[in-house]
Amino acid sequence: MATLSKQDIGKILARQGILIAFAFFIIGFTLANGRFLSPDNVMGVIRSSAILGVMALGVTFVVISGNLDLSVGSMMSFSTIVVLDLHDKIGPALAIPAMFAMTLCLGAFIGFLVGYLKLNSLIVTLGMLSAIHGLTLTYSGGQNMDIADKDGTWFDVFGQGTALGIPVPILIFLALAALLGIVLAKTPFGRKVYAVGGNGTAATFSGIKRARTVFLCYLMSAGCVATAGLIQASRSMGSQNTVGQGLELEVLAAVILGGASLLGGSGTIFKTVIGVLILGFIQNGLLLVGLQFYVQFVVTWIIIILAVWLDIAAKRGKLWSNIA
Amino acid sequence: MQAGKMTPFIKTGAIWAFVVLELIFFSVAGEFLSLSDKAFMDLDNMLLLLKQSAPIGIIAMGMTIIMINGNIDLSVGAIFALAAVILLDSMSWAIFAGLGDWVIPVSWALALLTGVVLGAVNGLIVWKTGVDAFIVTLGSMLGFRGLVFMYNGENPTSELNWTLVDFAEAQFLGLHTATWFLAAVTLVIWYVMTKTVHGRNAYAIGNNREAAVNAGIRVGPHMMINFMIIGFLAALSAVVFYSESGSVNPNDGQLYELWVITAVVLGGTKLTGGAGSIVGTLGGVLAIQLLRKGLGHIGADTETVNLVIGLILIAVLFLDRQLNLKGKEELKT
Repeated sequence: MATLSKQDIGKILARQGILIAFAFFIIGFTLANGRFLSPDNVMGVIRSSAILGVMALGVTFVVISGNLDLSVGSMMSFSTIVVLDLHDKIGPALAIPAMFAMTLCLGAFIGFLVGYLKLNSLIVTLGMLSAIHGLTLTYSGGQNMDIADKDGTWFDVFGQGTALGIPVPILIFLALAALLGIVLAKTPFGRKVYAVGGNGTAATFSGIKRARTVFLCYLMSAGCVATAGLIQASRSMGSQNTVGQGLELEVLAAVILGGASLLGGSGTIFKTVIGVLILGFIQNGLLLVGLQFYVQFVVTWIIIILAVWLDIAAKRGKLWSNIA
Repeated sequence: MQAGKMTPFIKTGAIWAFVVLELIFFSVAGEFLSLSDKAFMDLDNMLLLLKQSAPIGIIAMGMTIIMINGNIDLSVGAIFALAAVILLDSMSWAIFAGLGDWVIPVSWALALLTGVVLGAVNGLIVWKTGVDAFIVTLGSMLGFRGLVFMYNGENPTSELNWTLVDFAEAQFLGLHTATWFLAAVTLVIWYVMTKTVHGRNAYAIGNNREAAVNAGIRVGPHMMINFMIIGFLAALSAVVFYSESGSVNPNDGQLYELWVITAVVLGGTKLTGGAGSIVGTLGGVLAIQLLRKGLGHIGADTETVNLVIGLILIAVLFLDRQLNLKGKEELKT
């Protein structure tokens, strides 16, 4: 019983491969640079991962429901620009709910197209990536947005503040992760999301409203994006129109790294958080070791491919694909 | 039976009807709104439009094969950039110093080889690991971009060779060099997809992979060849574009994949594979370029282009689905 066969080891490696790789990375980086695991550095990494992380939480819902969301990057630019603009016009207390409402409208529009009209989510969100980018530019006239009076506002609390000694972005990220984790794992809605993504037809036959579930997933994703936009705006107090450009694919990479299948039906919030942290720590570790930021692109590439490969290799029981 | 034969025709026709509609709209609207005296349909303007369509258009031809195959390639923008860096950098390599202008074909060959190799890497991973092409190329989009940065840091790579610039700016029979390349690529890929075994296999695999396997088609090598083709075309696009401009930033080519996919989908190619045409893709490429130029011509902000293209993409998707639903209902009755 105690002896593990070769197959068992293979299975464990495949199942927990990401965590094992993560552990190796941490050990390696710590040996290379003692500062890597210092509380300051760890806090810094989580803090800078918070924006990506908050967005990844929402996208996890969308991916589990069997769809994609490529529009989160440009939607985040939109929220950031809108809240910065409205801050000076109607004050932060009104600007934040107004920005959330506008972002949720965009989410509802995507949810309507993908959920109720059953259009292909990849193309719809690809179209929305472009459309929302255009919307943001039209809104701002192509200008950068800045808050005029940077010292006389409490708006910076979401991005720069600390509470109980912990930076607020981290608190928001963890609180949202806990909340959405419970929603996904413990509520009927969460189970519906898995059912719709796992087998849409079966879900429909068992009385689950597929359209509404998908719609709500996109709404949650938009809510997360608005939160991320708020953190971003509050952290920088000013922004370009392209602040979120390219984030959609990084977010997707984090979610996939966490083990969610693009076919839908699998993945958890906890794993997504791990995926986000892996990306964050690797990026930070490579910088600490003295490598340029772009080396992480190559490392991320290799990690993503290996992670997904091991995952499906474990499922099919052999390493190489069956493709002739 | 008749409906079944008509539908593909309507689908490829639709995008060209849209192109004509755009031409009419911008010509008429231009009369009233344009700030310039020149008509939109001016010959020089149209020639320029064709030339500007070339970088996206050349890659789009490759993406059509990939998508008919049921795959997708998100790494084309990064391949484009890396090929461009190799093209411009290799021209000043010491070992080629004695070649004079003969360095041009050598550099071209090196750049194209880069594209083929990167495509082969994608294809081999898709084939051997069985990981979905979306994820594989999402990863290599990051990875290849990383290679671009590792090559020359964040600095632009520049090399102006006047012989090359003259060649790239030349007009033969009125058409620019880039246009000729687009035309040649379109013709070759069209031939491959409609007249050869490789083309038929591409449709067969996209339609029903299992059936294709049972029919004896070797799916893995086939897909790998397609990834090599799109890698080659992404590099060719870079070669055509950077021969003229002579300077490449490490961020160049970003979001190209999105433009290319938009053009291919507008042209009627299915994401699920098995359906699509090169002629349709050419229409999609021209439609996007017309829209970009036309909106500028009638004085709209360039920002609106993104908005309009995004919404048109969604509208096309919606119409396409309605058409399909209608077709299916007709078959039932």
